Amino acid sequence: MTIYDLTLAELRDRLDRRELSAAEVTGAYLERIAATNPQLNSFITVCAETATVEAEAADRAIAAGETAPLTGLPIAVKDIFNTAGLRTTCGSRILGNYISPYDATAIGRIKAQKAVILGKLNMDEFAMGSSNENSAFGAVRNPWELSRVPGGSSGGSAACVAARQAAAALGTDTGGSIRQPAAYCSVVGLKPTYGRVSRYGVVAYASSLDQVGPLARDVRDCALMLQAVAGYDPADSTSVDTAAPDYQAGLTGNIKGLRIGLPREYFIDGLDDDVRRAVEQATATYRDLGAEIVEVSLPHTAYAVACYYLIATAEASSNLARYDGVRYGLRAEQAENLIDMYMQSRAAGFGTEVKRRIMLGTYALSSGYYDAYYLKAQKVRTLIRQDFLDAFEKVDVLLTPVAPTPAFALGEKVNDPLQMYLSDIYTIPVNLAGTCAMSLPCGFSADSLPIGLQLIGKPFDEAAILSAAYAFEQATEWHKRQPEI
Amino acid sequence: MNYETVIGLEVHAQLTTRTKIFCGCSTEFGRTPNSQTCPVCLGLPGALPVLNRKAVEFAIRTGLATNCRIAPRSIFARKNYFYPDLPKGYQISQYELPVCEHGWLDIDLGDGQSKRIGITRAHMEEDAGKLIHGETPETAGSSLVDLNRACTPLLEIVSEPDMRSADEAIAYLKKLHQIVVYLGVCDGNLEEGSFRCDANVSVRPFGQKEFGTRAELKNINSFRFIRQAIEYEVERQIDLIESGGKVIQETRLFDSGTGMTRSMRGKEEAHDYRYFPDPDLVPLVISPAWIEEVRATLPELPDAKRHRFVEELGLPAYDAEVLAADRNLADYFDACVTLAKDAKSCANWVMGEVLRKLKETDTEVVAAPVTPELLSGLLARIADNTISGKIAKTVFEQMWLSGETADQIIQAQGLKQVTDTGAIEGLVDQVIAAHPEQVAEYLSGKDKLIGFFVGKVMQASQGKANPGMVNQLLKKKLQG
Repeated sequence: MTIYDLTLAELRDRLDRRELSAAEVTGAYLERIAATNPQLNSFITVCAETATVEAEAADRAIAAGETAPLTGLPIAVKDIFNTAGLRTTCGSRILGNYISPYDATAIGRIKAQKAVILGKLNMDEFAMGSSNENSAFGAVRNPWELSRVPGGSSGGSAACVAARQAAAALGTDTGGSIRQPAAYCSVVGLKPTYGRVSRYGVVAYASSLDQVGPLARDVRDCALMLQAVAGYDPADSTSVDTAAPDYQAGLTGNIKGLRIGLPREYFIDGLDDDVRRAVEQATATYRDLGAEIVEVSLPHTAYAVACYYLIATAEASSNLARYDGVRYGLRAEQAENLIDMYMQSRAAGFGTEVKRRIMLGTYALSSGYYDAYYLKAQKVRTLIRQDFLDAFEKVDVLLTPVAPTPAFALGEKVNDPLQMYLSDIYTIPVNLAGTCAMSLPCGFSADSLPIGLQLIGKPFDEAAILSAAYAFEQATEWHKRQPEI
Repeated sequence: MNYETVIGLEVHAQLTTRTKIFCGCSTEFGRTPNSQTCPVCLGLPGALPVLNRKAVEFAIRTGLATNCRIAPRSIFARKNYFYPDLPKGYQISQYELPVCEHGWLDIDLGDGQSKRIGITRAHMEEDAGKLIHGETPETAGSSLVDLNRACTPLLEIVSEPDMRSADEAIAYLKKLHQIVVYLGVCDGNLEEGSFRCDANVSVRPFGQKEFGTRAELKNINSFRFIRQAIEYEVERQIDLIESGGKVIQETRLFDSGTGMTRSMRGKEEAHDYRYFPDPDLVPLVISPAWIEEVRATLPELPDAKRHRFVEELGLPAYDAEVLAADRNLADYFDACVTLAKDAKSCANWVMGEVLRKLKETDTEVVAAPVTPELLSGLLARIADNTISGKIAKTVFEQMWLSGETADQIIQAQGLKQVTDTGAIEGLVDQVIAAHPEQVAEYLSGKDKLIGFFVGKVMQASQGKANPGMVNQLLKKKLQG
């Protein structure tokens, strides 16, 4: 077995027993990245030098007996996280050369454990996209089938974990940006409840929806990563001051009596047959494991995508106003006056999809339209959240597909933004409701593309979906399959 | 035709918290540009605001002192617009649900009448930075951005359009200014911009119910300029209407050089700020207990002080006004009264010698070398006739310089008043003998000359004779 085939838990064990050093592990991963990244383009920045230094520091800590759960483990992070002294591009030309002076809270937490950060991962520009084709640094390819997209916006994160370029990754999820690429690349991805993980230092796309979460090879690693970043942060007013439980302790494999809900609105026309079949099989597996399967209703599901594209774009139009060329980032040098400088800098710095969303959001917030769009969307959002709370009166977790189809081809939906938006139809409602959900491998399509299963939990009950996911993983082999790359 | 002026005022008071409203940077004025900044107030990608609790407390204080209702739940909103001094491309402010609403202040109209001016709302917001336009040869033609001021806390206090003249506007502003300074929530410095005022001014024919179209006047940084700006604007609008024109809704800048206002932007150029609730901040919830806690720490406000000075201490209204105008002066006076008891003489001394000396030496009352303790010591020596009021002024001068007690100075310089009838009698006799002509004139009915004789005797005693006794003895002797 090669080093990069080991999970976080297995690496932890080898490092603790001194069978491997963090330096060896890091070296192996840096080689793996060098060998595979030209095909995948999952990294925007590889941090070989700092990673090597961090690995040495981790080895010293291990030698001194000061080992934290992530000490010496090779992690990569989406390029949306501010990392002090490193380039933080958010997949955009406008931040193409931006070196951040500070660490995001999530980065600070994994650094405090002396994890090794291998690099910054490719993504859709400002996390806007479902295919990772909207990156100023080029598209990422799906390691299972290079002509396919890895999903987005955390496409680099999912591809990187699937292709063993890092043992685990951190991503962000605003409308499915962790779960959908996790499904397309057959890795485990978790979007925590809004407020569970600090957003401080995460470049904002849609502030009321953005949430940090892990992508990993299996459920245990996913729990380990979540444990490291979860918890209250006084620097984020929206982070919630409730203690995170011990996520690994709940991974027993026993889910007898668990009540699982199938929302009928999720199994409709447009759902790919292979995906439907895989999800039905997964349901059968759960029944065999002793879960009780119940049909439930989330009546406002049909409005979720429209609601999301009003709220997310409205917030984005404001969040992205700071990229004005005045203090940092790209500045048009030939401008004639201030307004011209703003217009030229932003015209050159932002890509098409980002511009589209800024315009949509600006429109939705405009005087005279605010009530009809933004305010109405907020009301719909409340109804959607209530749908989930009502469903959770009857069941413990919800089981759904992650995306209507497996990974689509590169270029297939680039010119059809509406079709692209619909690939997030099953993930978006969770962000609007503010609750937690995860994606885990549950099969493959007829042409061997991964299919993901979504488990949705009650607010702040990540432990329940992790436990349910672990039981499924124990009963199946899907997570053990690897892409050939 | 006769026109009525209608004025509403928007005041931005910079709150004197030690740190900024949404980050931990210092708010100190006048430091090296951009030295007091961090990812939050620089608007760096990923930075998030965290509300300063002290700023909220200051807003509650101001709200209570201006009779506002404190909202149990208020919301921060983003006001979106582009400008280089605004690092995030939006200002965090409050829009639909401000922290304070429905307040009022009573202003004094000068003729014993008072008028109630409504306060629509007061909301919290962050300030922008400052632009410096090429002031040195190296920077000519460029604009520099200093973000030290960005994110410092402001309270915007918006009045109802209740004022009908520049006088009323100034009375309201001075009153509000006095209150925020009293509360210690704002340093009240107009020139440095910590107390800024925009005026909404319109005119309408007397008797008309509807308001005229208003102009918003900006850039007014002294009470004098506020009067000038309003008076100019009222005249401009009336002239315009009289000559058949129409006032348009616009923002106008006041130019203190010319005393005129000029158009900055019209309604059609007005920004669409696209306000929406800031998703980075949770609703501000203020419990009744917190409000009561703040209320308990409110100082006695100027109106209450004036009232007490008149009703309880028996001061004339004018004295009460002067003494209550400044919180520190009022505290100084109160301390004197507690020690010396005689409120009127305390008032005379504080308003007379103390204020004169403070002005002369450019000293703050809290730093006065003659403390209330020292002053009351001096007043005690006047009260017990140890020294005369005139000598007391000399003693006061020396106390100011040396910080010594009145008793120390009286002792050291032998200034104790002469109250020995025999000694005074001797001086009186001498003076009468030396001025036979004046004596004759006095006796012929020129009573006023008594002052001349008193003066001469006091001079002869080097000011130490008790003036009352001198007066009495003189009258007796002169009458024969």
